Amino acid sequence: MANTLELGMLYALLALGVFLTYRILNFADLTVDGSFTTGAGTAALLITNGMHPLIGTAAGFVAGSLGGLATGLLHTKLHIDPLLASILTMIALWSVNLRIMGKANLSLLNQPTVFTPLAERGLVSTWWSVGILAALAIAAKLVIDAFLATNFGLAVQSTGDNPAMASSLGISTDTTKIVTLMLANGLVGLSGALIAQLQGFADIQMGVGLILVGLASVIVGNAILGTRFMFLASLGVIVGSATYRLVIFFALRWDVLSPQDMKLISATLVVIALVISQSKGIRAFFARISPWRRSDTVPEPLLAVPSTGEEEA
Amino acid sequence: MLRLADVSKTFFAGTPNERRALRHVDLRLAKGDFVTVIGSNGAGKSTLLNVIAGSLPVDCGTVQIAGRNVVKVPDYKRASMIGRVFQDPAAGTAPHLTIEQNLAVAESRGKRRGLGKGVTRARRHRYEHDLQTLELGLESRMRHRVGLLSGGQRQALSLLMASFTGPDLLLLDEHTAALDPQRAELVLGITERVVRDSGLTALMVTHNMDQALRMGNRLLMMHEGEIVFQLDEAAKKDATVTDLLAMFGQVKGQLTDRTLLG
Ligand SMILES: Nc1ncnc2c1ncn2[C@@H]1O[C@H](COP(=O)(O)OP(=O)(O)O)[C@@H](O)[C@H]1O
Ligand SMILES: [Mg+2]
Repeated sequence: MANTLELGMLYALLALGVFLTYRILNFADLTVDGSFTTGAGTAALLITNGMHPLIGTAAGFVAGSLGGLATGLLHTKLHIDPLLASILTMIALWSVNLRIMGKANLSLLNQPTVFTPLAERGLVSTWWSVGILAALAIAAKLVIDAFLATNFGLAVQSTGDNPAMASSLGISTDTTKIVTLMLANGLVGLSGALIAQLQGFADIQMGVGLILVGLASVIVGNAILGTRFMFLASLGVIVGSATYRLVIFFALRWDVLSPQDMKLISATLVVIALVISQSKGIRAFFARISPWRRSDTVPEPLLAVPSTGEEEA
Repeated sequence: MLRLADVSKTFFAGTPNERRALRHVDLRLAKGDFVTVIGSNGAGKSTLLNVIAGSLPVDCGTVQIAGRNVVKVPDYKRASMIGRVFQDPAAGTAPHLTIEQNLAVAESRGKRRGLGKGVTRARRHRYEHDLQTLELGLESRMRHRVGLLSGGQRQALSLLMASFTGPDLLLLDEHTAALDPQRAELVLGITERVVRDSGLTALMVTHNMDQALRMGNRLLMMHEGEIVFQLDEAAKKDATVTDLLAMFGQVKGQLTDRTLLG
């Protein structure tokens, strides 16, 4: 259970990245599947070459953000649709990641990692490490909250909310999109770098399907805590990530399901979360149990699910 | 303040769907001019404003704002000089941001948007005062999301956002057309006050001839991509809706004759 939540807190960094693109920028960014492995591979490469694990971890952030940069440039400069631009980057990153790692799997066994100090004290997979990683996730969330409240952050939010209004008010939506994609994929790369160190290896496959994990966390978390206040919306993402891991944890205890069913479970969870977040009745229920959402009737943007109008009326 | 010379814009050029939205348009606005624009649907009024704001590139001709040729300047850079309000109340504001956040986004127009706090205490104080001038009670709802406001409230807010930084030019495109008559009156009143108090130079498109005569100091009518006639301050004062209709009929007749002869 502690190990499950540890993963939940590390994947929360990825989910915060997805939150930035999907929720704030309204940009369907699938770069995630590639940039996660880029972050993991870069960190593993540097650590096996004797670099300090903290430097490797920071490099994971930078490497991930370069993936976001590629998607941002494809979209803004070459006018490729967000979905396609990010799929192109994601696929191209597969080869890049193999180049970085040199092979499909890079072991970190017997290498120092950022978790070594915890391991030496026997704290890994205990509630102590869950607490430390939760503090890390919350710190990242607070940084994002603060970022979004700056002049630039408000420009980012307007870009996602009403791009025509944003440019009519002098915002370069190309810049806001590129910077946000970089920040988001930086967080995804950071998440990859840390998870590689926790598991003790980086693998070319490790990012496959993670966009769904991120989306599930965002949608579930926002359904629970709402999106009226930025503080709760981004906190919800962390809660969502933990919830997601717990659902998987309990689902796998059920004999019928095995680890190979993970992706199926992920996809199902996203569908359920999307249906829930659209259902009037269930929204009303959450509004009843969370008083701060009562007067909040502004419809939320939904990925690939254009609101029908009547549903919101 | 604004000078258009020989501006043309054609959509779908060279195809069977070719639309000549602007034909060799010349226009000059002096500082402080408040010009109302009328014309039938498809006359090119919105295209004219889009070309001035840079949301659409021109095919040929020049656009000068405050003495500077801006033909090659992208819309988001022209925005430091131009405030706009659109017909659709949803177009000018970000619905998921609060009133004060929307105002902060508008206030940073033309400035570098850095990592300083967006809604500071000083700004909030000022916005409270600015919102009071609208007399809609919005000053007590500054932390509400704009998506919760009515169309009229949003248009009033858009107007404030477009004007309170004192742009060189204010462009209004049928900004009261989507409102019921009562709210339209209210927003028009605010428009008049804002333009007068800040001494703005403005272009206001309207489909309502009465409005066009009542507001501003000059009037121009467009038809099929051309400015077919203009009224200066003196002429506009005495003109009536009947006069406008008569002039429009005359112009239309001439154009039809020309097409037939041409
Ligand atoms: N973005 C566009 N793409 C293609 N055609 C357009 C576009 N905008 C306007 N038009 C065409 O240009 C002409 C003028 O339109 P517009 O300027 O919107 O007229 P108005 O605002 O006076 O009603 C119309 O024939 C219209 O169909
Ligand atoms: Mg129009």
